[in-house]
Amino acid sequence: MPRTTVYEGKVEYLQILDKDGNADAELDPGLPNELLDRMYRFMVLGRLWDHKCLMLQRTGRMYTYAPLEGQEAISVGSVLASKPEDWHFPTYREWFIYHIRGAPLHMVNLTWMGMEEGMRIDKSLRVFPYAVPIASQLPHAVGGAYALRMKGEKCACIAYCGDGGTSEGDFHDAMNFAGVWNAPCVFVISNNQWAISVPRKNQTNSETLAQKALAYGFSGIQVDGNDVLAVYRAIKEAADAARAGKGPRAVECITYRMGPHTTADDPKKYRSDDEVLYWKERDPIKRFRAYLEKKGVWNEEYEKKVHDEADKLIEDAVTKAEAFKQDPKDMFKYVYAAMTKNLEEQMKECFED
Amino acid sequence: MKANMVEALNLCLKQEMEKDNSVVVMGEDVGIDGGVFRVTEGLNAKFGKDRVIDSPLSENGIIGTAIGMAALGLRPIAEIQFQGFDYEGYHQVIQHLARMRNRTRGQITLPMVLRLPYSGGIKALEHHSESLESIYIHLPGLKVICPASPYDAKGLLAAALDDPDPVIFFEPKRLYRAFKEEVPEERYTVDIGKAKIVKEGDDVTLISWGAMSYVSMDAVAEAETQGVSVEHIDLRTLSPCDWDTIMDSVNKTGRVVVVHEAPKTLGFGAEIAARIAEKALLSLEAPVKRVTGWDITIPYPKEEDYYFPDKKRILKGILETAKF
Repeated sequence: MPRTTVYEGKVEYLQILDKDGNADAELDPGLPNELLDRMYRFMVLGRLWDHKCLMLQRTGRMYTYAPLEGQEAISVGSVLASKPEDWHFPTYREWFIYHIRGAPLHMVNLTWMGMEEGMRIDKSLRVFPYAVPIASQLPHAVGGAYALRMKGEKCACIAYCGDGGTSEGDFHDAMNFAGVWNAPCVFVISNNQWAISVPRKNQTNSETLAQKALAYGFSGIQVDGNDVLAVYRAIKEAADAARAGKGPRAVECITYRMGPHTTADDPKKYRSDDEVLYWKERDPIKRFRAYLEKKGVWNEEYEKKVHDEADKLIEDAVTKAEAFKQDPKDMFKYVYAAMTKNLEEQMKECFED
Repeated sequence: MKANMVEALNLCLKQEMEKDNSVVVMGEDVGIDGGVFRVTEGLNAKFGKDRVIDSPLSENGIIGTAIGMAALGLRPIAEIQFQGFDYEGYHQVIQHLARMRNRTRGQITLPMVLRLPYSGGIKALEHHSESLESIYIHLPGLKVICPASPYDAKGLLAAALDDPDPVIFFEPKRLYRAFKEEVPEERYTVDIGKAKIVKEGDDVTLISWGAMSYVSMDAVAEAETQGVSVEHIDLRTLSPCDWDTIMDSVNKTGRVVVVHEAPKTLGFGAEIAARIAEKALLSLEAPVKRVTGWDITIPYPKEEDYYFPDKKRILKGILETAKF
């Protein structure tokens, strides 16, 4: 038999909640109400905070900002599916992860207000600072996973990128090294259909982004990224496998960026209203709310309580963020562990009258 | 013990790995092959494949994953096989390695060493003779070291591993096996940021580093026989640079020759000349002379001798500067 099939792969698709919030009874992970409540609160807070940030930016109180709307289920589902000992390596659109992991809400947006202090995320929270160069944080997650395993820690490194990120060399380096090292990593691909103005089909001729994992010797799954239960389940399974020494996995989350890429572009220029409407009907919060209502967790009174709480947190965070002052001298102070003589001279020159 | 630079570096790596379990070595062929220059010879057998990692063939992957290792508790020593191949991974250096401490305000730091065998003059293939230290010196947040002797190589590598900041370690492959010298077997460190006065002198200051420090020695000796007393400074560390030692010498001699094998334009010699103009202009008796590689692509080995500064060109530079 000189010509045989030497490889065949498959990629599963997972959806638990349909767009109207009906759960697949067999797949529903049956999460306790307390956890469902946390998920919902975080998703609502993420969206309301996002709207507030856009308002701040439009009124000149924040610099260029990357909106989150439409992708809340990925940040919330993946962090709540992980353990405190896991590390997260988010992109700039997953900035909300900082807060879900425990950073004060006002801190996560200091960066958008132009201050490095927003990246001073306490190391104990186990969140890497998000990277601006696309996908460049992925190799860090793989090296980090290698380091943690060598130190005997049983934890997973959960790394994020977008559909555009899968075209970067760093994506391939990270996936390849992770496969070879059997590294305890989870690659979460937030496929939001657009890399600024370039559609997903221009990034790759692959049918799915999840199947890219197969080429590197591990499995990939595609999930409905607007279904927080599917995201939760897929990432929990992948992180559990990573911690158990079963190597990396990729989770492609199909989602949609409802807003612009950043406040610097107008999506009307490159995509249709019909497309946006299609995704609006598949909104992650709307369908989760319907699910919770059916479970008796959600009612109007609860909704009001969640919103009131979020509004209060947001108001407080805006006040704190706007009052925040960082010391300009820190721009010299943190270049090296100890300031060099050269920098001492330059700092003096910079701040002299 | 008498050791050449490869042996000195190898001994240092062994001692550091024995001393600290978090030290890992990673690169292409660094394991069973011991590295193409044999600097990591024997480490694989002694410390195992988890600590002496034969990585997949990707400079960007090596540097990118080493950053993750350093961030989360290891002390990686990443080897790029030839400095001429490091551009693939320079992206990770410029975007992350150099700035992580600053952008996280010290929450995430990257104590790691990136070893780069550089320098030409050994009839190597295309892309194997580069000397682009400037592109690393140009990045705030990195320390850049370039030893010129086995003793300094061992002591500086040990110091680099003690250092809390990322260190780019340029190894002059022309000097790997060029000579042996007495090297203490026990651990010692050479201070980062401190230049060495190879030879004191009164008439001309010659500033060099790495392979060019060695090449310059012959020219310095010849100049002496012609009545020119040369103060020869081997910088050893390029960032942070030991400007005090340079300025003290310039104030004494008033005449300066800088030797490097990188192209002249925007080579580190340009910065040295500019700093001297800022800090010691009135001491100068002659223009700062740069004896460097030309502003051309490094020729293939057949004609590479036209390119690299040699004894003749350096001597000419010293004598011209002395007589100006």
